[in-house]
Amino acid sequence: MHANEELEEADRLMTICNSCRYCEGLCAVFPAMELRRSFADGDLNYLANLCHNCGACHVDCQFSPPHEFNVNVPKTLAQVRAKSYRSYAWPRMFQPMFDRNGLAIAVVTAISIALFILGFALWHDPKVLWAGGDFYRLMPHKVMVALFGGVSLFALLAFVMGFRNFWKDIGAGETSAGNGKTIWQAMRDAGSLRYLDGAGAGCFNEDEYPTDKRRFYHHLTFYGFMLCFAATSVATIYHYVFDWPAPYGWSSLPKLLGISGGIGLLIGPIGLMREKRRRNPELVEKSQFGMEAAFIVMLFATGLSGLLLMVLRETPAMAIMLAVHLGTVFSLFLTMPYGKFVHGLYRFGALVYYASERSPDPDMSYTSK
Amino acid sequence: MRRLKAPPASVDVLIIGGGNAALCAAIAARRGGANVVVVEGAPKFYRGGNTRHTRNMRCAHDAATDHLTGPYTEDEFWEDLYRVTEGNTDEQLARFMISRSKDMLGWIAEQGVRFQPSIGGTLSLGRTNSFFLGGGRAMLNTLYRTAENLGVEVFYDTPVTKLEIDGTAFKSATVSVNGKPHVIKANAVVAAAGGFEANIEWLKEGWGETAENFLIRGTPYNRGDVLRMMLDNGAEPIGDPTQCHAVAIDARAPKFDGGIVTRLDCVVFGIVVNKNAERFYDEGEDFWPKRYAVWGRLVAAQPDQIAHIIFDAKSINMFMPSLFPPIQADTIEELAGKLDLPVEALCTTMNEFNEAVQPGVFCHTELDDCRTEGLDPPKSHWARRIDQPPYYAFPVRPGITFTYLGTRVDRDARVQMVSGGPAENIYAAGEIMAGNVLGKGYAAGIGMTIGSVFGRIAGERAAKHARE
Repeated sequence: MHANEELEEADRLMTICNSCRYCEGLCAVFPAMELRRSFADGDLNYLANLCHNCGACHVDCQFSPPHEFNVNVPKTLAQVRAKSYRSYAWPRMFQPMFDRNGLAIAVVTAISIALFILGFALWHDPKVLWAGGDFYRLMPHKVMVALFGGVSLFALLAFVMGFRNFWKDIGAGETSAGNGKTIWQAMRDAGSLRYLDGAGAGCFNEDEYPTDKRRFYHHLTFYGFMLCFAATSVATIYHYVFDWPAPYGWSSLPKLLGISGGIGLLIGPIGLMREKRRRNPELVEKSQFGMEAAFIVMLFATGLSGLLLMVLRETPAMAIMLAVHLGTVFSLFLTMPYGKFVHGLYRFGALVYYASERSPDPDMSYTSK
Repeated sequence: MRRLKAPPASVDVLIIGGGNAALCAAIAARRGGANVVVVEGAPKFYRGGNTRHTRNMRCAHDAATDHLTGPYTEDEFWEDLYRVTEGNTDEQLARFMISRSKDMLGWIAEQGVRFQPSIGGTLSLGRTNSFFLGGGRAMLNTLYRTAENLGVEVFYDTPVTKLEIDGTAFKSATVSVNGKPHVIKANAVVAAAGGFEANIEWLKEGWGETAENFLIRGTPYNRGDVLRMMLDNGAEPIGDPTQCHAVAIDARAPKFDGGIVTRLDCVVFGIVVNKNAERFYDEGEDFWPKRYAVWGRLVAAQPDQIAHIIFDAKSINMFMPSLFPPIQADTIEELAGKLDLPVEALCTTMNEFNEAVQPGVFCHTELDDCRTEGLDPPKSHWARRIDQPPYYAFPVRPGITFTYLGTRVDRDARVQMVSGGPAENIYAAGEIMAGNVLGKGYAAGIGMTIGSVFGRIAGERAAKHARE
């Protein structure tokens, strides 16, 4: 017996797939499945988080609906994944954040933007709100660092605790799965989205003609986010190590990183949303749309408000833009452990475990034809 | 129901069917400069008949490749074919097909189909057979994409209801679209519409009532209607109506389209008994891949066409998993009850078997020395006492994969007429003419070789004829 009906269904499907194995060349999920003969909850959660939802196995499956076996691996594993995010979340009292995630994140974001506006107004003369120029007149650098450092540390702690729950659940805790070699392999697999391309043909989205668009837009989004993160990190080093406070010139490293990252965060999420809306509904778990859309919108809003802030810096709109940007980023970090962001965390963990358990002899020893 | 678009009233080359042979013919004909229409009787999801359940093809090759572990010469291919068919093959045509199979891996790859090394659990085919990445439906999807990109028009849910053949010349085919007849004239036609394994009434003509208990591994659309029309219009038949690729599959499988997941690989690990709890064949005759295709006919010859593979706890993890879990019991008596077998008879059979087992060293990857003595029929290899509970059983029935009765063709894939000589503009490829090469028995992946080689030839010749 499994913990929920999604896991029951996943078990039924993996039993069918393990008797067929035609898809084993498509991605990591099926070779990992072949290492097992039966599927406990942890096994299914592992396989579900290993799945990148490229859809190739569905298009290639002779048993997908309307066949009576009704095999829909991408959708079922998406459902299992969604349940697993909720169950790993720490602290437990925040798990309900996953139930109506789009709404929850919208509310948290609205509140945090409002608080920044209110904070600026209370701390300083409300007139400051309508004057362009220096960020730190609105919010001292130290306060900013304390606030964002604090929320980052909280998110980090929640990630660590959630990841521990995941790692234990999939059975990786008892092995020495996480080592330099497996982590390096997983970084390469995740960094290239190796398993989001149907083994080279591309990802199936709206029809049976594969494309590479989702991977392309995901790269823009992910690397855009990383560039923005790098911009902030470099600026922090400038501030504390070299005592060079902001603002920085257009050709400075934080600016260059931030602008290119911001552009990635504009185009990437728009593309992802466009592909999501066009996606074959058969492959999609509809109830997750809110969570996925919320994450995409948050990343887009981070990129857009950051770029606008830069452009409107010397205008009266600066203070409001700063509040919007800081509020969005604050909310993004605060809600990261309770939204779509965790897909990256658990998928990376699944890739590490896969790298560790991958059999050197994929054929194993069954006698067969 | 969605209204379907009607096909054009005339075309250079008409392809009847939608599987590997049909699509290879369509692509080859289109590349040969012809206008091509494909009419597939099945709805889009079920397109392609048995191709959707395949996973590899057997082609001769002189050297190892990225996906094949070593060479497989034309002579070796011929020897394998001769052995499985016991000589029931047209040697000239078969050797011709084998020589053409060498080009097919490259040609199929040029159409976009991708290959991978042999998949998990199929080590024994790694040298001889090329596996499709993603399986047969992936291969088929790729062929359809390629054909459509080239401008081939495909119509689903469009069964052929009538062929107009004047002497040796094809004139037109009548198809049913939304229940209404449409006539398609063509300068040449390729019949690639498969066999008749899903047509139980036709199977009964050869097998009698026995066929009621057969399970059909492919779609319900493989009814052989086009084959019947061809034979009724003077095409020369070839092959025995009872010959087919039949294996023993799980008796709990659905009547149609259970595909690969219902196959069982565990015969060599236990004993097989019929409904009277009697053994009837040497379970350890040879390696399973070499012998699995005989078990469909063996079970078909048993009362009520049912048998049970029985083994014990020692063997439960030694073979590929399958769709349905085994039936399990702690004693032989309990197992007999669950399988509805006579208890005393099963105990006697088990005891006789266990007592006949000779000491030996068990090794399932070689022809080991574990055998029975003084038992009839014997178990020649891998015989181990079945005495470690829990006991397990899989009920099995004949699973019909494809039929061999078809139309005789020449090496141009041209259909031969009863009146003598070839038809002017009628070609056949795939299962509908498999009996030319495969009169009996089966070798993994050979159906796809027949389909690809003769499909390509049929398409090229049909295009040439249509343009002249």
